[in-house]
Order: sequence, then C-alpha cells, then structure tokens
Amino acid sequence: MISGAEIVIRCLQEEKVDCVFGYPGGSVLHIYDALFKQDQVKHVLVRHEQAAVHAADAYSRSSQRVGVALVTSGPGVTNTVTGIATAYMDSIPMVVLTGQVPTHYIGQDAFQECDTVGITRPCVKHNFLVKDVKDLAVTIKKAFHIASTGRPGPVVVDIPKDITAQMCEFEYPKSIHLRSYNPVVKGHLGQIKRAVQILQEAKRPIIYAGGGAILSDAAEKLTLLARKLNFPVTNTLMGLGSYPATDKQFVGMLGMHGTFEANNAMHYSDVILAVGARFDDRVIGNPEHFGEEKRRVIHIDIDPSSISKRVKVDVPIVGNIVDVLDELLKLMDGNFKTDPDLANWWKQIDEWRGRDSLRYKQAEYIMPQFVIEKLYEVTGGDAFITSDVGQHQMFAAQYYKFDKPRRWINSGGLGTMGVGLPYGMGVLMANPGAQVACVTGEGSIQMCIQELSTCKQYGLPIKIINLNNGMLGMVRQWQEMFYSSRYSESYVTSLPDFVKLAEAYGHVGMKIEKPEDVEPALRKAFTEHKNDLVFMDFIIDPVANVFPMVSAGKGLTEMILAEDL
Amino acid sequence: MRHIISILIENESGALSRVAGLFSARGYNIESLTVAPTEDPSLSRMTILTRGSDEVLEQITKQLNKLIDVVKVVDLSQAAHVERELMLIKVRATGKDREEMKRMADIFRGRIIDVTESTYVIELTGASSKLDSFIAAIDAGLILETVRTGVCGIGRGDRILKI
Ligand SMILES: Cc1ncc(C[n+]2csc(CCOP(=O)(O)OP(=O)(O)O)c2C)c(N)n1
Ligand SMILES: [Mg+2]
Repeated sequence: MISGAEIVIRCLQEEKVDCVFGYPGGSVLHIYDALFKQDQVKHVLVRHEQAAVHAADAYSRSSQRVGVALVTSGPGVTNTVTGIATAYMDSIPMVVLTGQVPTHYIGQDAFQECDTVGITRPCVKHNFLVKDVKDLAVTIKKAFHIASTGRPGPVVVDIPKDITAQMCEFEYPKSIHLRSYNPVVKGHLGQIKRAVQILQEAKRPIIYAGGGAILSDAAEKLTLLARKLNFPVTNTLMGLGSYPATDKQFVGMLGMHGTFEANNAMHYSDVILAVGARFDDRVIGNPEHFGEEKRRVIHIDIDPSSISKRVKVDVPIVGNIVDVLDELLKLMDGNFKTDPDLANWWKQIDEWRGRDSLRYKQAEYIMPQFVIEKLYEVTGGDAFITSDVGQHQMFAAQYYKFDKPRRWINSGGLGTMGVGLPYGMGVLMANPGAQVACVTGEGSIQMCIQELSTCKQYGLPIKIINLNNGMLGMVRQWQEMFYSSRYSESYVTSLPDFVKLAEAYGHVGMKIEKPEDVEPALRKAFTEHKNDLVFMDFIIDPVANVFPMVSAGKGLTEMILAEDL
Repeated sequence: MRHIISILIENESGALSRVAGLFSARGYNIESLTVAPTEDPSLSRMTILTRGSDEVLEQITKQLNKLIDVVKVVDLSQAAHVERELMLIKVRATGKDREEMKRMADIFRGRIIDVTESTYVIELTGASSKLDSFIAAIDAGLILETVRTGVCGIGRGDRILKI
C-alpha cells in the first residue's frame, strides 16, 4: 500500500509526465513530499500560480503532450483561474492538480478553502473532486483521457489533503471507458464524399484552417491536400503554422488584422473548406455582411457544437481532422479534377496581393514590423515565438512566417496579457535547447514579470523581444480610431528600466533605440548570449498602428489599410 | 418554440450545476427543470422546459452532449410524447367557498390531500396548461400557496431513452 500522495506521483509517472509546473502550500505538502522522494518527474517552481498554468499550457501547445500544473488550495487555486480559462478558450489539453482542505473540513469555510470545482466549472472541459483514495488513480487516468481526446481542454482534479495521506493499493488502469464520453474520430463517409464533389465544382475556393488543425497534428495532411487542390489557404491566428507561410498558396492570416488578399478571398469565395476553425467574431467580422455572398461551406471539426454555430454549414464533417483529411485524400483518386476557373481565381487573388497590405514605412523610430522581420531572419524562421496580447502580438503573427505547426504560441481565444514569458518557460521545458523568443509589450510583460526569477533558477534562455511603445498600444489604437484620440489610461508612465531589471534578476539586458542597431543586437542575443535570457528593450514608434484592420461590427472587405490614413 | 429536453446524466454530485451553469453561461432559458434518479441509481433523468429557435435548440443539444457527465439528450417535443406536471395548491376553504373548491377540484380531477377547518391542499396532475387553467378558474384571492414540479415527459410507444 502507498499513500495518496505517492499515488498522485505514480500516476504522473505512468502518464510519462516528465515535468510539472507548480507552487507548494499547506494542502499539497504530502504531494510535495512524495515528489521530493523521486526524480522521474521534475518540478518547476514558478513565482505565481498563474504562470504555472500558462507554462503547462505552453508545454502542451509546443509538444504533443499534456501539460501538468500542481497548486495548493484556496489562493493557489484562484490564482490559476486565468490560466485555466486561457487554455480552455484555445482547447489546450492540460491537467491541473489542486490541493483541497481535508474532506471533513469541506464546506466549513476552513483556512484556504475555496469551492474549486465550482469556481473552475465554467472554464474547464471537466473537473473532479476526489472523495475517496480508492478513486484517486482512476480519476487521474480519466483526467488525462478527457483532457487529451475529442476536443481537448483543461481538466482539474481537486484532491483533499486527507486523501493524500491515506494508504491504498496502487493500480493504474491501462485504459478507461466512460459511457457518457465517446468522442467521434472518423468522419461520416457520405459527407466526405459530398465534400469531394463540392471541391471539384469550386470556382473560387478557399481553405480556412484554424487551431484545430494544429491540435489534431494535421499540418502535414493539410499541406498535401492543399497542394493537390491548388487552392489558396488562409489561417486564423490560432492556425498559423498549420500550412507553411512561405508557400505561394498561402494568402496570410485572415480576420480583424488579416491581409487584404486573405479577407477578400474568404469573403468572395464560393466554397470554403473550414478545417478546425470556428468562424468567430474576430475572423468573419459582421456575420450579416459575410452572409451576403452565396457560398457553400464544408466544415471539418471534432466538436459538433462548433459547426453551424455562427455560420450555416452545408457539409458538416464531425471527426478528428487528421483522419478526415486522410479519408478525403483517399477519395480524391485519379478522376478528381478541379474546376478550370481556378486560374481566374488565382489571377484575382494575385491582384489583391498586389496591394501589399503589410507594407509599412520606415521612420526615424524603430518600426515594430521591422523588428519582427529581423527576428525572422536572425532565427532562420525556425524559432518558437510566444507572444502576449496587443499590437506586438498582431505584428508577430503578421510578420513572422511560420512554416511549422506548434511554433506560434499565443492566447487567441481569451487574449490574456501576461502569458508570453511563462509560455516561453513551458516551451523550453518541452523542447530543451530550442530557440525561443517572447514577443511582448511593456504592458503585457509586467503582468508576469516575476517569472524572470524562475527563468534564472532553471536556466531558461528566452529572448524577450519587448516592443516598447510606452503605451497600451492596442488600446491606444482603438481610442485613436473610435474615441477621437481620447487616450484614457492607455499611456504607461513610470516604466522600470528594463535593462537594470533584467540584470537585477541575473539576466542580460539590452536597450535598442536605433533601426540600424536592431539586427546586430538580435544576432548578439542569439549567438553570444545563446544560453542567456536576454531582455531586449526595443524603443519603438510609440504610435505605430496595426493594419489592415476590420473594425468590430464591420464586414471582412471593409478593411482600413495603412495607406488610407 | 417550446421544447422539452430529456437528459440522462451520471448521478454524480455537481451534475445538476453543470447543466444549470451551461444554460446560464450561454444565455439559454430554463422555464422549468426537474431531476431525480432513474430505476438505475447511477443515472439521473432531467427534464428541462425551454424556449428557443431551431438554431438555439440545436446548440443547446450539442452543448449538453459535450458535458462529460451527460449520457444522452433528446428533444422530446420533436415527436409524439406525453408530458405531465404535478401541482400542490393550498387554498382558503371556508363558508360557501369550501363546497365550491371541492367542486372545482373534482372538475379538474384533482384530489384534496390535506384538510383543515379553513384550508384545503389540492393535488393536481396534468399538462402544464391544465394546471394554469385551474389557477385561472378559481378566485385568485383564495390561493394561499402553490408549488409545481415542472414538466416531466416521456416519448410515446417505442421511443425509449435508455442506455
Ligand atoms: C489581462 C488583460 N487585461 C487587459 C487586456 C486588454 N488589452 C488588450 S491589448 C492591451 C494593451 C497591451 O499593451 P502592451 O502589452 O504594451 O502591448 P502593445 O499593444 O503596446 O503592443 C490591453 C490592455 C487584456 N487583453 N488582457
Ligand atoms: Mg505597449
């Protein structure tokens, strides 16, 4: 017999978890003691529980494994909520183990008690409170199973302290069956056949791929399919990397800050092949405007509730994307031929491309777009890029050309400022030795800045690309455009000296103020300081805006372009 | 459109709050909700009366199916079904009202299940509209208290909701 705490660790070992992000406290002391007595599962001690969850989330995003976080009850749990909600919105598989007060104290307003299951319920795929040590192993097994199958998502397992002290036989179930949970895998063959037919008839097609294509590890199949069809491909913010951005069929990201060609091609298409994307408000703009064009929509998604939620779908295909794409490819045999009109469509798209909507003007200031372009060059386009939320995030998405999946790590759904640095930690724990850059702003970076200390402890050589405009830039942009430039609380004063701050934490700091210094500084950071965390404070144009832009409530083709202003 | 949704759900603590939370988080309305264990004590059956367009109902069903504890969901109102609701109504029953109340209870096939010198408790079962009519038919000033279970329903014939 072993203790509940030891059972927890044994379960993690059985799940081949090599690393847990966490922070100790009263209710998890038994678990931390069990952790101490073994060395199979590493532990990364963060400086705030929010960061533990973000790091576990990025561990998951950047690999094909489930990230794990471990925190104590009460404040430990409430600190994780932002991280859990962030992972939930982007369907990231993750298991969060939380301590709870002993079972007989539950409901008594005990010290550091909170209703973990209640607080997290709306932002988890599922959660459990373990009430009997005999259920512990099987519950953890269920948690990993639920988190990683179907439409993935975070699962919380709340474990009262007394359960971790009780003794029990340990047996880890090999497999698990839940009668109430049977996610489909294979798509409906009849629907897939209909899809093939429609793809042959398409005159103005577009492939629109989102985060689901990444989560399902379908990038390779998607690329094969797109090449075979010779259709244009666009990605959502979450889908970047699911199709090589340097390929000529790629028309760029679409949506609020999408390219001119991507948004027009989406709007004027007659057939959309939607792959793991959900037509959300940041992507299609005003749904009425979008609905003005007649088109047929084929939608592949693991989650039936994403289909026909915002846009009526003609051919729904529920299934695991990689399997459905495989089936589609098989059905596109020798007789498959695309419509000859496709050539005209490409002509039209090239015309839109000619607008060069990502063009920007160099100025005496460093332009943020320029920094990202140089970052792309210096890293050979092969880095993991984490980002925070704001203008810098959009610049990174627009100007770093992602050729591979799981390289672009950002909070798309919830839009959580502060994720960038802990995301970098998670990426490095899952991919030791990788090049990792965190593209951030002086606003966002301060939301989890304490993690510089964690990075020092574990030697995580993240390159922080701080696009410092001294403004909550994205807020300022909206205020400029929609509030007659009334800059209410979007100006950040009393910024720290980031170079000194980095040095205080034991890292390297650089301040870059001139355009000509951008590239040499980046090269230095990625070569000479390869193994150091380098905080690169780029003092950029304070008022650069992100274009193109589809204002909220406007149609996809009603873009504001840089040159219009 | 009025819909009656029947749900088979794992009889676990917290299952009800997952369903109720889903409805409030997504802005779906609940007119009534009733739940109790089935003949298999590991399963509960929940009946929810809601209103919404076909698109909203499609989303409600899909979202319910996504809950891990939910085993099965059907929209009973899409085919032949029977539905019943139970009401207990306490009324003032004195003087000439006493006789009149008894008569009304009889007409509506209600039963008087508690009697004091001045009150009756009447038990009524039927479609919700019948319970509404009863309330409308008696003098509102005589109603002391009502309690209703909310609708429960079941498919006709061999439409069976079971695992
Ligand atoms: C936690 C959180 N709070 C508020 C916001 C709203 N918000 C979105 S972008 C932004 C400004 C971000 O400023 P900064 O990090 O400096 O990036 P910039 O836009 O200047 O590049 C704010 C406040 C958010 N997304 N997340
Ligand atoms: Mg800023």
